[in-house]
Amino acid sequence: MKLTVWTYEGPPHVGAMRIATGMKDLHYVLHAPQGDTYADLLFTMIERRNHRPPVTYTTFQARDLGADTAELFKDAAADAYQRFKPAAMIVGASCTAELIQDDPGGLAARLGLPCPVLPLELPSYSKKENWGASETFYRLVRGLAGPHAPSPGEPRLERREGPPRANLLGPTAMGFRHRDDIKEITKLLGKLGVEVNVCAPMNASVIDITKLGDADFNVVLYPEIADTAARWLEKAFGQPRTTTIPIGVGATRDFVREVAEIIGVDPEPALNDEDLRLPWWSRSVDSNYLTGKRVFVFGDATHAIAAARVAVEEMGFELVGLGAYNREFARDVREAAAKYGVEPLITDDYLEVEAAIEAARPELVLGTQMERHIAKRLGVACTVISAPVHVEDFPARYAPVMGYEGANVLFDTWVHPLVMGLEEHLLGMFREDFEFSDEAGPSHLGGHAPAPRPAAADPLETPDPVQAEPASPDEPVWNDDALKELKKIPFFVRGKARRNTESYAAEHGAATITVETLYDAKAHFGR
Amino acid sequence: MTAELASTPAESDCTTDILRERGQREVFCGLTGIVWLHRKIQDAFFLIVGSRTCAHLMQSAAGVMIFAEPRFATAVIEDRDLAGMADANEELDRVAGQVLARRPDIKTLFLVGSCPSEVIKLDLSRAAERLGKTHPHVRVLNYSGSGIETTFTEGEDFCLEAIVPELPESSTDNRSLMVVGALADVVEDQFVRLFDALGIGPVHFLPARNSEDLPPVGPGTRYLLAQPFLGKTAAALEGRGATRISAPFPFGAEGTESWLRAAADTFGVDADHFESVIAAPRARAKKALEHYRDALSGKRIFFFPDSQLEIPLARMLHTELGMELLEVGSPYIHRSHLDCELPQLPASTQLSEGQHVDTQLDRCRAARPDLTVCGLGLANPLEAEGLSTKWAIELVFTPIHGFEQAGDLAELFARPLRRRDVLRVS
Repeated sequence: MKLTVWTYEGPPHVGAMRIATGMKDLHYVLHAPQGDTYADLLFTMIERRNHRPPVTYTTFQARDLGADTAELFKDAAADAYQRFKPAAMIVGASCTAELIQDDPGGLAARLGLPCPVLPLELPSYSKKENWGASETFYRLVRGLAGPHAPSPGEPRLERREGPPRANLLGPTAMGFRHRDDIKEITKLLGKLGVEVNVCAPMNASVIDITKLGDADFNVVLYPEIADTAARWLEKAFGQPRTTTIPIGVGATRDFVREVAEIIGVDPEPALNDEDLRLPWWSRSVDSNYLTGKRVFVFGDATHAIAAARVAVEEMGFELVGLGAYNREFARDVREAAAKYGVEPLITDDYLEVEAAIEAARPELVLGTQMERHIAKRLGVACTVISAPVHVEDFPARYAPVMGYEGANVLFDTWVHPLVMGLEEHLLGMFREDFEFSDEAGPSHLGGHAPAPRPAAADPLETPDPVQAEPASPDEPVWNDDALKELKKIPFFVRGKARRNTESYAAEHGAATITVETLYDAKAHFGR
Repeated sequence: MTAELASTPAESDCTTDILRERGQREVFCGLTGIVWLHRKIQDAFFLIVGSRTCAHLMQSAAGVMIFAEPRFATAVIEDRDLAGMADANEELDRVAGQVLARRPDIKTLFLVGSCPSEVIKLDLSRAAERLGKTHPHVRVLNYSGSGIETTFTEGEDFCLEAIVPELPESSTDNRSLMVVGALADVVEDQFVRLFDALGIGPVHFLPARNSEDLPPVGPGTRYLLAQPFLGKTAAALEGRGATRISAPFPFGAEGTESWLRAAADTFGVDADHFESVIAAPRARAKKALEHYRDALSGKRIFFFPDSQLEIPLARMLHTELGMELLEVGSPYIHRSHLDCELPQLPASTQLSEGQHVDTQLDRCRAARPDLTVCGLGLANPLEAEGLSTKWAIELVFTPIHGFEQAGDLAELFARPLRRRDVLRVS
């Protein structure tokens, strides 16, 4: 058993859901108890998807365990096909169903459904979300594209006429900026004359997966999800695959060279972009204050390694920590850490990450949503660079992290949480100022109250601007109980409640504000 | 059966035709109750004995809301525990020790069972007994929040049920009042003041805010349910001699008045005195509700099952704000605890119990309600289809009980409609 406060990855069946939800006409029948449907909200709330994930849960209960859970699965699978008419189905078990060993694959096969049904074996007690996504994608690619592969020993299929074609592999639902990375990389490949054959799993239909073999090569955007499938495609179809992750200016250029090499063209047209601003933004004198800022990087291996390079080579930061939560790619992280002279941190234990960050005393944390909690507690600036992510990491605007526009986005989002250069100086000079101190946080960011005066730690005792105004003799006075009651109101609406109550009391000629007055006013004003 | 028919005219009773369904349920399991219980009981820690899925659920359901270090965690069962390479009991003792070493301020440790721990039949009651001996300063209790046994708010029911045997025996046979069900602290304080003014006392709350203040229980205890989902807790309290005061639930001006009146009648409070105490807050509640009457009156509402609060809330929206009830779904309908609620629903209401989410969605789409109350997995998809929705979970995480919150409760339902009307973008 392992003590877990927060977790970086969900169970492997959530990885399978990310594949199914990203695709268009695939349906997932999951043998699972009541409650596992919570996973739907990842997609409908955090990612704001406007459709339910294409998942049917069998929802067995305790009383079914003694009876026939297998029958329940068969009914659910048959109903799901009837209702949703998917082009293919994947079937499997969540952690609890794995224990009751109903064999969803075998049961589904016996139903003889008129579409391909792929069974998934995702061991919940040893594997995690990324592995589940990777395994599901691999099974789909193998199961659906496999029948179109040349037999072993046969030559590669005759190449279709036309420009070079690539598959974009790895983007899923709930991925960090996958939506916009696809667009950016498609544009970048376009500069080299490369067309996208299929992008998968995101936005792909089942038919698209069967056509993966038509491409000349594969672009592996997210190795955590697509590495296994791309290696198999390389063997089965003789398709080369890219290994550079185009995050940051340097890596994007390396990626362009790698692609140009694969297809035998001149990389030059894609080595720059008129809208690329990071290099100048970083060289302009305003950015001097960024020099040597201590930065701690933690995330999935791919994003963490890429962020480390950008931090050091393109922002001029000092890397004080580098780590990843997915052990499958630990070797890559260790190599990168050695290159930058820091200790690699390979762990999925949130408490261990917290301790490492605390010890490294960074000025900026580049992490996941969990590091945002840690940084908040430590009062350190933080930007999210990797899944797991939250609703604010699915921005409305176009915000890739790959390619040249991605580099611009990295510059903006990493610098934003920092205290600005000149402000930093002033803080150094006047650190006693209660309203303008380092505890107050960067002044261009909201949500940071000035640190309270030492003499009056309780903000209720600190006169707020309303009370600080010249008091008229008949201004109502709060009695103790009312003040205590006021404290129970959440701080972000307390100011409003206070003002409303006072103006209500003044209007009604009440000299003393009691608990009754507070609620009278509340009822009077509504929200 | 005859008696029941005689007392209620069958043709005007919505309970004669409850739709009972089985199928995919789009609801949380009972573990989710920990999200509010661990804040309510300030010196308790909830250790889920479960899988990575359980930990991920807690994070997804609670991660948005909790920024302080949570007083809950998951002991994640791994392969070696299942393969017998590690003794699951020893492992659990080790992890519990880790928790208690990290948090020496913890006075009560709840071991919370999950689907996998129930299926592998890990005996958490024996584990609690064992851990209680090795950690004598900590009360170690256990209950199940597993999805195979509990739906969402039933997690609180199972938790409170586990506390009941720990309650001290009341030292007298004199009557005392116990309010049962977790309430927001501010609401609890309001009720304390009202009971005080009514002259009802002593008054105790279950759960108490900390482990030292467990309310006493005995034959003199009269208990008033503040939440409609506490069937097992109620049975356990009756086992300790307590008697339920039958009442509707304290939502809205009238609901709160009737709830208080039921207690006042039990405790022999004079009618004039009762009136003088509640007149002002009741008037305030009515005034606050008035703000939202225009927005809600005549609007058609459809409830997907979620927290078991559906029936009392539907009653309040109908009787106090004139909303039209289409379907009112509840994961479970506890008829006897709803004895004062069900008769107030109009006969045209379609009650449903349990869920088959796909067929229920079919009914909802066909009915095109003005407002649909549903879980987070359904809300955005329905909004995208042009249906206004209210996330049900907000009703559990917001203070909505009592006179002073009546307006807030109405506002929760009015806001999506108001938002739909103010937005000029599409």
